[in-house]
Amino acid sequence: MTPRRAEHVAIGLMVSGAFLALAILFFIIAVIMIKGLPHITARFLLDNPMDMGRAGGIFSTIVSTVYLLVVSLVIAIPLGVGTAIYLTEYTEEGKITKIVRFGTECLAGVPSIILGLFGFILFVIKLGFGWSVLSGGISLAIMILPVIIRTSEEAIKSVPQAFRDVNEVLGGSKWQGVTRLVLPNAAPGILTGVILSVGRGIGETAVVIFTLGTSLRTPFSIFDSGRSMAVHFYILAREGISMDNAYATAAVLVFSILIINIFSYYLMHKFVEARR
Amino acid sequence: MSAKTVVIEARDVSLRVGEKKILERINLEIRRNEIFGIMGPAGSGKTSFLKLVNHTFRAAGMALEGALYVLGEDVLGEDVNPTPLRRKVSMVFATPVVLPMSIFENLVYGLKIQGIRDKHTLREAAERGLKAAILWEEVRDRLHKPAQKLSGGQQQRLCIARAMALSPEILLLDEPTSGLDPISTFRIEEALKELKRHHAIVLVSNNTKQIARVSDRCAFFLMGELIETGKTAQVFTVPKEKKTDDYIAGRFG
Repeated sequence: MTPRRAEHVAIGLMVSGAFLALAILFFIIAVIMIKGLPHITARFLLDNPMDMGRAGGIFSTIVSTVYLLVVSLVIAIPLGVGTAIYLTEYTEEGKITKIVRFGTECLAGVPSIILGLFGFILFVIKLGFGWSVLSGGISLAIMILPVIIRTSEEAIKSVPQAFRDVNEVLGGSKWQGVTRLVLPNAAPGILTGVILSVGRGIGETAVVIFTLGTSLRTPFSIFDSGRSMAVHFYILAREGISMDNAYATAAVLVFSILIINIFSYYLMHKFVEARR
Repeated sequence: MSAKTVVIEARDVSLRVGEKKILERINLEIRRNEIFGIMGPAGSGKTSFLKLVNHTFRAAGMALEGALYVLGEDVLGEDVNPTPLRRKVSMVFATPVVLPMSIFENLVYGLKIQGIRDKHTLREAAERGLKAAILWEEVRDRLHKPAQKLSGGQQQRLCIARAMALSPEILLLDEPTSGLDPISTFRIEEALKELKRHHAIVLVSNNTKQIARVSDRCAFFLMGELIETGKTAQVFTVPKEKKTDDYIAGRFG
């Protein structure tokens, strides 16, 4: 095969690969929308589930999902961004950074079912939080922490060194440089990591089913149990309770991910524009 | 402080990083109300010397000897508090670094990190800085526009203005015009001549013509050593050292 021909074949394979990925995405979305959309009504969104989800809506599961995500982000963002700041700004590259980085990679590799079990044993049983938004939130935070650390680190590294130098020669402390220049300029990148995390967290079942539980009541306190949309979908489908409601729940789930993504990118864009 | 006071005094300053000698027994004096030029080829230690003055030189395995008095205080020690020093000794880099915020916010950054919030004080400082850098007339109507929209030359003058807004005693400039066109360079040189009426200015440049044009006294660094220092007129017309003569004549560099 001539180099030229090889090039054409390679490009052909890569392009079809890319289109295949896109086609799969559209296929999934299409199936879920076709099967789910007809069952989504205002009442479906605003009513609580009845008869184990055979009838009624999914309001309590929406509340549980949002509540769970907020708690996990409140825990994971400060921890993750803090770790990233420490790794990039306050340490020289060396043994410690390597160990911390290796640790977070390993954490990212832990299967979510194991994390779920860990959360169940530690938070639900040992610490006595029970099946609750708190247990679920902490467990989910552990799961998304590596994503937030890694994306924040990249975002912080992409802020020009010159900004830190300017802060220094104008008499600023390192921390002032971090809070006034590094973090604001890294914010869009950090936000990208947060969006990724929300995407992963919103669809997570294994961790959540063990720690948040499966209660269909609307959680108020962080010690209340609940059922996230993803778990609701899983139970509806697995136990054959109602495929129509399962697909409708899935459609709402996919829609919310899309909306979160679009809205965040819009915010990010605004933010970048405003600073230009 | 009266005119012609010595503000920077180097006594046998040596700097090594590991095995490598960066500066070797530098002795010189820099006074108030003068532009002191430091010239020399790349790697001659000019910038390292400048970074010692405002205590921003950092490298693993660095070793210092001698004494470097800046406004009467030896700044080579480990225990120097850099923050008050850097308020009195400001620095401008080779490439203009404007922060991604408005012109005004750039100007008052150094004051805000000191905790100064008073609007009147901030505005005054901003105006003072801009006037010092001869940029006031050009930007007075758009102080709240993004600083990154300014031209390269204006950005560099904004950097000088930002340094001057802190009312420093000494201004360090590390090849401030290396990336600029002749007209912008001219404007910056004019601003520097104006600034020396109240400040000491240290201008590092590998552009010998610039040193000849604007400096009052100058020094020639070569491979970490101070070859010659004296009045610019004398160094450029009757240099004592052959190496200086060769460098100025452009026989190497």
